[in-house]
Amino acid sequence: MFGYTFYWSIVWEKVPELLQGAKATLELTVISMIIGTLIALLLSLLRRQSSGIGMRFAASWIELARNTPALFQIYMIYFGLGALGLHLSSYVAMLIALSFNNAGFLAEIFRGGLQTIPKQQYIAARSLGIGSFKAYTHVVFPQLFRVVYFPYINQLNWALLNSSLGMIIGLRELTGATQAAQSESFRTFEFFIIAAVIYYAMSKIIQAGARFSFWRLVRE
Amino acid sequence: MIEIKNVRKSYGELEVIKGINLTIKKGEVLCLIGGSGSGKSTLLQCINGLEPIQSGEIIVDNTKVHDPKTDLNQLRQKLGIVFQQYNAFPHMTALENVALAPRLVKKIPKREALELARQHLDYVGLGNRADMRPASLSGGQQQRLAIARALAMQPSYMLFDEVTSALDPELVGEVLDTIRKLKKTGMTLVMVTHDISFARESADRVAFFDNGLICELGDARQVVNNPKEERTKQFLQRVLN
Amino acid sequence: MQIQLPYSGLQWSDIPFLLTGIYHTLLLTVITVVLGTLLGIFIGWARESSKYPRIMFGPLIDVVRSIPLIIQFILVNSFFAMAGFPASPLVIGGVVLSIYMGVLTSELVRAGLRSVRPELKKASRSLGLTYWQELFHVSGPLAFRAVFPGWVGTVIGVTKDTALVSVVGYVELLRASQILINRSNEALLVLAGTGLFYFIICYPISRYSRSLEKVLKHD
Repeated sequence: MFGYTFYWSIVWEKVPELLQGAKATLELTVISMIIGTLIALLLSLLRRQSSGIGMRFAASWIELARNTPALFQIYMIYFGLGALGLHLSSYVAMLIALSFNNAGFLAEIFRGGLQTIPKQQYIAARSLGIGSFKAYTHVVFPQLFRVVYFPYINQLNWALLNSSLGMIIGLRELTGATQAAQSESFRTFEFFIIAAVIYYAMSKIIQAGARFSFWRLVRE
Repeated sequence: MIEIKNVRKSYGELEVIKGINLTIKKGEVLCLIGGSGSGKSTLLQCINGLEPIQSGEIIVDNTKVHDPKTDLNQLRQKLGIVFQQYNAFPHMTALENVALAPRLVKKIPKREALELARQHLDYVGLGNRADMRPASLSGGQQQRLAIARALAMQPSYMLFDEVTSALDPELVGEVLDTIRKLKKTGMTLVMVTHDISFARESADRVAFFDNGLICELGDARQVVNNPKEERTKQFLQRVLN
Repeated sequence: MQIQLPYSGLQWSDIPFLLTGIYHTLLLTVITVVLGTLLGIFIGWARESSKYPRIMFGPLIDVVRSIPLIIQFILVNSFFAMAGFPASPLVIGGVVLSIYMGVLTSELVRAGLRSVRPELKKASRSLGLTYWQELFHVSGPLAFRAVFPGWVGTVIGVTKDTALVSVVGYVELLRASQILINRSNEALLVLAGTGLFYFIICYPISRYSRSLEKVLKHD
């Protein structure tokens, strides 16, 4: 059946290039998550208003990010802005698009979390004489953190996998680097298996790290 | 007649029933009392085969419950059981709840099954709530619904597993009244209960379970008012205070 | 010296081209949702009812969720080619996305089945219902209520993910729009139209699902 010989030595030569790509992937993931988180905090607060421009702006951002493909969002930033004269590198375009996307999904996660923290918790804390700021920081936010933690980590994992879309606009993150590396020898399968393993490892490390940190943080 | 012979049962490493012998006669009302973890609820679930046993036998009307050849679905039609909570199917009306098993198991056509269901709901006093969902019923009403549902299969024995323990006090009475009504029809009732006064007043016999064994078994009034065993005395003192 | 290619601008004849892209998107989505849901129900039920399926399917679920879809498409495409029966992009996309959706759905199904209180199952079996009768009339309907909103979310996700199958040559809507942009240089107009299409499909579904969630919670 397989009239195909596996040729691993060529792949090993190119592994450093793949790892460079993995480094870019991680950068992209982490930075876009940080930016996305900051924006999402703002968006989820705006979204909780009952009306007004802020609320509608936040709602539009969130719905747009969640109801269109991530690749579409990437195209919009890369090609769309390009048509308007603003030519961004694929790295910057990817970063902006991923941050936009992350912000939308994270805002929903934060919103869900804020809904599950009953107002009663806040009121109970205030009734005990705890000041407003402390009520938020000592009672509401710690519970919010617990509720939101694992969905947040899921989104982080998602951002990691989404970064692979960079290949389509020519970015040499891990997938793009793999595509470039295999284009000489056409050992598609071998190269992409290695890339898959690297992604799997990164994903597992993130999940394991997350579970470990949660355990440490919650123990206090 | 239900015969329980030398039954032992474990959950993994933990042995919860350590050798129980008990015969339940047709028409009698037997209450099982005892502390948590003493094995009484577990025994009830062994009787209708929900739980396996590690040794011994349980025989219901000459059928061995845990024999692999026994048709459990057939046998279970003789044994009605009501649990402490989450008895009623939340996605069906009271009427559909009661009619489900007669339709599916006894293959009674839908219209007859609904009529049968209505009769049984009337019997437990829920006739005017037939089209309501369990979520709209109080705890006591849901338990009565569960009783009606079990009765609709026309069992020979009814097993009650702490059916009033999860209820608000004012709802307990309506459920106990229904059980007293059942007793008058001569049905065999086996009840795991924390309600000692009900046991004293309505049961024929009472069995006191302690640590996986029956510590004392006898006439209801005698066991509750004049327990012979020391541990029974201690338990009753704790509970009745 | 740069060669300037003439851009032809948008024409009416481009509409059938885009419609074909839409058709391909919808076709792949429907195939994936049907196969993926059936697969997911089977795997979810199997994993919830006995030990071996739980262990057997575990690695599949783990791997499928930890590797980018693009790479899954490329690997499966390359695998089929190596094995001697190259498959069409639709088949590749269908296989990978169905497994992906199956995996996601199976987790939802498991959670849904687990959310049914054990007393309800015990009560059903005690009334004499067989295993399948209980599953079909009691656990199933109740699990469904728990599973449905999550399932709808997965469907929306899959609709968007069809855009990725373009890496193995499937000309679905987003790819069609990109080809059109290259030819006509009307990036913003085409992209806006494309985005609108996805939005029109996904947004109403997600609104519906959210209102459904509220109704189901009151049950």
